[in-house]
Amino acid sequence: MGQFAEGRAALTRAQIQGRIDLDRQTFDALVAHAHSDAPYEVCGFLAGADGQVSRHYEIPNAARSMTFYTMDAKAMLQAMNDMDDRGIELIAIYHSHTHTEAFPSATDLELAAYPDAVYLIISLQDDTPIVRGYDIVEHKVTERIVFLDGDKAPAGKR
Amino acid sequence: MAIDVRVPTVLRKHTDGEAKVSGEGSTLAELVNDLDGRHAGLRDALVGTDGQLHRFINVYLNDEDVRFLGGIQTPLRDGDTVSILPAVAGG
Repeated sequence: MGQFAEGRAALTRAQIQGRIDLDRQTFDALVAHAHSDAPYEVCGFLAGADGQVSRHYEIPNAARSMTFYTMDAKAMLQAMNDMDDRGIELIAIYHSHTHTEAFPSATDLELAAYPDAVYLIISLQDDTPIVRGYDIVEHKVTERIVFLDGDKAPAGKR
Repeated sequence: MAIDVRVPTVLRKHTDGEAKVSGEGSTLAELVNDLDGRHAGLRDALVGTDGQLHRFINVYLNDEDVRFLGGIQTPLRDGDTVSILPAVAGG
């Protein structure tokens, strides 16, 4: 993926395709959220403008399951309305995998209904938490490279 | 009986790209039927063959989840706002 310019300043909209940029604070907040309810899966949204995250919404997992998540319907609407009020847009939908790799499950592909969002998965399977990102459009998955403060984030074993 | 309906991105293929449409009905079921007359396909996107809302579609009346109101039979009043959001779920 050497065609992507490093750093944020010079990125065009076209270059944002294929990658997702997180700062260290957001990355650490995602991992902390994932740990907070392990072994149950957690979920939430990242929002902002032009691919730059400025807001993190932790949404309760109404399923409170180790293998499934479904966002609390009311909390999810409140977050969406808050984005509208702030004039920011949904950038990413995240959830954790507490016992499996950071790759979309069959259920993830089946139920993905937000083609404009990047799907982030935080895996706690190994000692080092891994965050990977995907576009999921009509049940088809394309990986995005996760950049952490401008550098490629660890992606774990492939 | 004008009801404002907020339509999510994934369903705008049924509404010529419109994010907000208007419909009529004294219940959610009537509204969905009314909308489907002008926005073909919307009904099937929301309601199953059993006549109930799909499990992974959230419908809100004035920000309340209709599952906790009357489901597809939830009564509507003039000026209400109905919002639709696909559930965010996975494994």
